[in-house]
Amino acid sequence: MAREVSNKTKILNTAAAGTLGFFLFFPILWIVILSLKTEQDAIRAPLEVLFGSGWTFDSFGEVQERSDYFKHFSNSVFISVGSTVLGLLIAIPAAWSMAFVPAKHTKNVLMWMLSTKMLPPVGVLVPIYLIFRDAGLLDTRIGLTVVLMLINLPIIIWMLYTYFKEIPGEILEAARMDGATLRGEILYVLTPMAIPGMASTVLLNIILAWNEAFWTINLTAANAAPLTAFIASYSSPEGLFYAKLSAASVMAIAPILIMGWFSQKQLVRGLTFGAVK
Amino acid sequence: MGRIQLKQVQKNFGDVEVIPPLDLEIEDGEFVVFVGPSGCGKSTLLRLIAGLEDTTSGNIEIDGADATATPPAKRGLAMVFQSYALYPHMSVRKNIAFPMRMAKLSQEEQDRRIEAAARSLNLTEYLDRKPGQLSGGQRQRVAIGRAIVREPAAFLFDEPLSNLDAALRVGMRMEISELHKKLDTTMIYVTHDQVEAMTMADKIVVLQAGVIEQVGSPLELYRNPSNLFVAGFIGSPKMNFIEGSKAAKHGAATIGIRPEHIDVSTSKGLWKGTVGVAEHLGSDTFIHVHGIAGCDPLTVRADGEVGVNHGDEIHVTPKSELIHKFNEDGLRIK
Repeated sequence: MAREVSNKTKILNTAAAGTLGFFLFFPILWIVILSLKTEQDAIRAPLEVLFGSGWTFDSFGEVQERSDYFKHFSNSVFISVGSTVLGLLIAIPAAWSMAFVPAKHTKNVLMWMLSTKMLPPVGVLVPIYLIFRDAGLLDTRIGLTVVLMLINLPIIIWMLYTYFKEIPGEILEAARMDGATLRGEILYVLTPMAIPGMASTVLLNIILAWNEAFWTINLTAANAAPLTAFIASYSSPEGLFYAKLSAASVMAIAPILIMGWFSQKQLVRGLTFGAVK
Repeated sequence: MGRIQLKQVQKNFGDVEVIPPLDLEIEDGEFVVFVGPSGCGKSTLLRLIAGLEDTTSGNIEIDGADATATPPAKRGLAMVFQSYALYPHMSVRKNIAFPMRMAKLSQEEQDRRIEAAARSLNLTEYLDRKPGQLSGGQRQRVAIGRAIVREPAAFLFDEPLSNLDAALRVGMRMEISELHKKLDTTMIYVTHDQVEAMTMADKIVVLQAGVIEQVGSPLELYRNPSNLFVAGFIGSPKMNFIEGSKAAKHGAATIGIRPEHIDVSTSKGLWKGTVGVAEHLGSDTFIHVHGIAGCDPLTVRADGEVGVNHGDEIHVTPKSELIHKFNEDGLRIK
């Protein structure tokens, strides 16, 4: 028998979940509100911000005038898509071999890869900065693409490994019995079955790369700066530009937020690492 | 053609010997069943023949040619898996077409064989569905269809019916038997269910711990089991084993008597006991008799309805000409 849940409990649960959701969403909402105010209004007390002032799109115009939004936007797209494609090229064969032809130390290799994510990135900032300086990669989109690819590679390999593991071995054996070569097996059976998993891996990786701030801010100046560096440029020490900072943030997060919204279903599956179907 | 010979085939997983060196011959057109308890190596043996596992040593010959190192795709065998192993992203039609597509058969030939297979397996209506939209029995038939269209030298079945419910299993059993009669192709069938083995096989191979205990036709195994293991494994309900003085009277360490070879009477008989549980099936009555020294409980299968109940006193008499005799090593005394 299913557990009985009274209507009262249901209403309370819904209210609690709604409140929690609102709290989590509130910072984003507040940024959107501030972006629609003048600088003078934006630094007033919260209630006055809400009810005691007018609304304006001026901040967006000023942000676009003072810096080239589309350059940063195209940098962000280049870096996040580029690092994802590059990462997949390495991760698919790596995950495939670990999932289907495991060796004695496969588990250790996987753990070792994940352990690199436990290190604070700032720990390798100096060596990477020096390598970039000497290789002429500072403030280039290629350099940033490579770094972000490396940063996210362990996660992509893990995700793909988990998805590949879910594909029953008997199906691949059936393909072998049916006369498929290794190429045929990968092309006609494995890949089509892995596509949902790969899609969510791609999505998650694009989001992670899009939002990555540490490396993008530290390794870029003017040319290759993506949207994260663009937001950071508005939190300058000479003064508080709440409205413009908010407007820049809204412009930076809007594309990825919209993409995330439309691909929620895939994302949830991706974030749970294939634990639920 | 589908004549398969195993010569001194051995399989180790790491340090564990799963199959000690073993010889076996399977004739063209034979329906061979590998049967044994779980973990006896029967599936491993099938996978060795399929080429999905490599032999540790020994040779596998298919139609006289050494196929030990041939990859599974090139052995010309088709396999039906326990989990059906259908391609979930392909329609039934594409699933059945897959081996032919890999063999680069012409489209007309593919269509012709798909139509023929679908007709004989009652799948015509379902050709455009995905496996997920089919019932267990239908999926099983698709898996068989995928195997038939290849026109293989031999079919390999790995416990194909164990995921089906009892009624469906009986039906599919008949369908596979009929298929064998129609195609006259070698079939190797792995199961742990001795009823499937008895009803389908031309030749049964009884395995235990990777060792072949006996090879023979179903009735040979039923009538002349070569040892205690085969005697206990083949036949349902299980053969009764009696030790001690009753066995010594026949000059054996153990005697075996099948439940259907015992007469019951309420008034007189050789041995006396009390009824424990009586199972009334209508066609038969299974009586579990307690209190007989050397065998407790003794199972008796009586024809039709026998009006006995728990606690009743009962007399049983084994048919002396049908008593099996085994020595101390559990081997049959001829």
